[in-house]
Amino acid sequence: MKPFLSHTGVAVPLLQRNIDTDAIIPSREMKQVSKRGLGEGLFAGWRYTLPGSREVNPSFVLNRTEYEGASIILAGDNFGCGSSREHAVWALMEYGIRVVLASGFGAIFHTNCIRNGLLPVCLQERTINELAEQVGGDPQGNLVTIDLQQCLIRCGEREWHFVLDEAARHMLLNGLDPIALTQQHHIKIDSFEQARRRAHRWAYAPLEDCVEGMLS
Amino acid sequence: MAISGASTLFDKLWSDHAVCDLENGETLLYVDRVFLHERTGAVALQSLRSAGYDVRDARRVFCTMDHIVDTFPGRGDKTLMPSGADFIRATRSETRTANIRLFDVDDADQGIVHVISPEQGLVLPGLTLVCPDSHTCTQGAIGALAWGIGSSEAEHALATGTLRVRKPKNMRVIVDGALRPGVTAKDLILHLIARFGANGAAGYAVEFSGSAIRQLEVEARFTLCNMAVEFSAFTALIAPDEKVEAYLDGRDFAPKGEHWRDAVEYWRTLRSDDNAAFERELVVDAGEIEPVVTWGTSPEQAVGISARIPGPDEHLEPHRREAAAKALQYQGLQAGQTMVDIAVNAAFIGSCTNSRLSDLRAAAAIVNGRRIAPGVRGVVVPGSRRVKRAAEQEGLDRIFTEAGFEWRDSGCSMCFYAGGETFGEFQRVISTTNRNFEGRQGPNTRTHLASPETVAATAIAGSFTSAEMLANSESLIA
Repeated sequence: MKPFLSHTGVAVPLLQRNIDTDAIIPSREMKQVSKRGLGEGLFAGWRYTLPGSREVNPSFVLNRTEYEGASIILAGDNFGCGSSREHAVWALMEYGIRVVLASGFGAIFHTNCIRNGLLPVCLQERTINELAEQVGGDPQGNLVTIDLQQCLIRCGEREWHFVLDEAARHMLLNGLDPIALTQQHHIKIDSFEQARRRAHRWAYAPLEDCVEGMLS
Repeated sequence: MAISGASTLFDKLWSDHAVCDLENGETLLYVDRVFLHERTGAVALQSLRSAGYDVRDARRVFCTMDHIVDTFPGRGDKTLMPSGADFIRATRSETRTANIRLFDVDDADQGIVHVISPEQGLVLPGLTLVCPDSHTCTQGAIGALAWGIGSSEAEHALATGTLRVRKPKNMRVIVDGALRPGVTAKDLILHLIARFGANGAAGYAVEFSGSAIRQLEVEARFTLCNMAVEFSAFTALIAPDEKVEAYLDGRDFAPKGEHWRDAVEYWRTLRSDDNAAFERELVVDAGEIEPVVTWGTSPEQAVGISARIPGPDEHLEPHRREAAAKALQYQGLQAGQTMVDIAVNAAFIGSCTNSRLSDLRAAAAIVNGRRIAPGVRGVVVPGSRRVKRAAEQEGLDRIFTEAGFEWRDSGCSMCFYAGGETFGEFQRVISTTNRNFEGRQGPNTRTHLASPETVAATAIAGSFTSAEMLANSESLIA
């Protein structure tokens, strides 16, 4: 994964609450057994005029020329609620979104972002509105910078501070592979597992007999 | 903080599975069971393999075909969803390579993950279980720590047997009193979400307790915990009791003999200590709840069935007002309309929320001897092959088909639209499912969430009606 240090780009306002992962990527747009090929389906229900078509809906904010190349989303509370589908994050990334600034996130979506190098930043609704105002009618002129090393957002002369969970920040800043990181603890995991299996034999022994019988 | 070492049920499950605290505020949690399904499972397994990692212990991993498999009788790998068969075949081949037990399309025990997992005793009180499906919180109803994850987390759990998790806060929802006749666990959870918001439990693990919860049968508890994710909870839990023991006793994968006795002894310690502290507590009076139906496109946009759709000025917060206006436009409704005046085109009974035998029995009791209203389409989809067989033994299938419902094979079916089957554009559907999002059941399809009883009664009446209202209106006519 590529380390995330800082990003500057066009911010697009999607200031509704409860934007769910079905809206971010409708299930019908998940066409292949793959993490790729999803960018085109991003916000498909809003982005195109008719279901299944690719005719651009000019009134959807992402399609307006002033937001061309947008890479930052400004959103309301509970962004990414609903289905756990990681395709929502893969679709955002493929489209070019690098940061989502929202007043709250769906919990699974938030973790999915971190694991894929997309920065989710939680801000107060007031701050999101201030930012949207600062970007104003000229998003291409008023680019937004999100600096993860300093935990600062800049737009024009203004700055806002943000807080990100230290574990998530560390993971993003260093582009770490969490599986490899966790495997460094393999001795602790092994001994925990052995102790747990002794203490709770009821939880493992019957299952293992059962499954081995079925698979053999 | 907890007083003098007193712990919540969630704290106990957490500390029992904590391998170690990581330096960054996360805990490495041991994962007892991983469940996969064909919508996201194959991607996770493929991606794990291509990254060069192995599945650590395949005996504790299970997979089912539920999300996109057809539910027409006599189905095979082909589905109405374009490319659906690719997902099914990739899942079959990846699980075979990894030696994972698969509940395949034609398996006698196939079904929706959150139905078959407890049905077969794969999930047990005191265990941790994860699945790349947000409704995994369903399974907290028997006192397991079960939560939904994404694909990357699934890969991590498969490879390491653990997850890196930041501990959520504790919330207790106390529901005292008794639910009125005809009011169900579904109405209770919709009521909670409507009252406290779709983000009402964000950042919390929720424990449901109180006399009304103890009264609920185990299958109703699954319904309640199922929708905790629509309340934005990390997960939900109910302390296991004798009902849970009776429910699990004799299930295929449940412990037997000496193991069973050890298990039960341990399960009886799984409850919050009397003086355990919760960071937040909500109290609900069960007696004040009536059957609930959603009117909008978020589960929080719901009212009692005898109410009207609230006017925009009744929403106190501005962002709720805007959301309401947008939802009404999508749903083709107006503020102030009386719910019982809204006619439907279709009724759907199924999904991981409400597809168990008790749900089908409750709906069948209302449907029995009646006919679906003219022009209304009715679909019943059992949650598992076992539920289907049991329902057929009781003759529930005949009750439904004689009333004009379609009787399907088990799966997620039209709970969501994956490009295959839909109720159609601008069709209004009353549904026992968990999400009324825009496009959830098809492009421009309008979904209203309700209990199986209310869905059944509405199918008969043709417009939103509770079972009680249906009975009253018929006695007036008679």
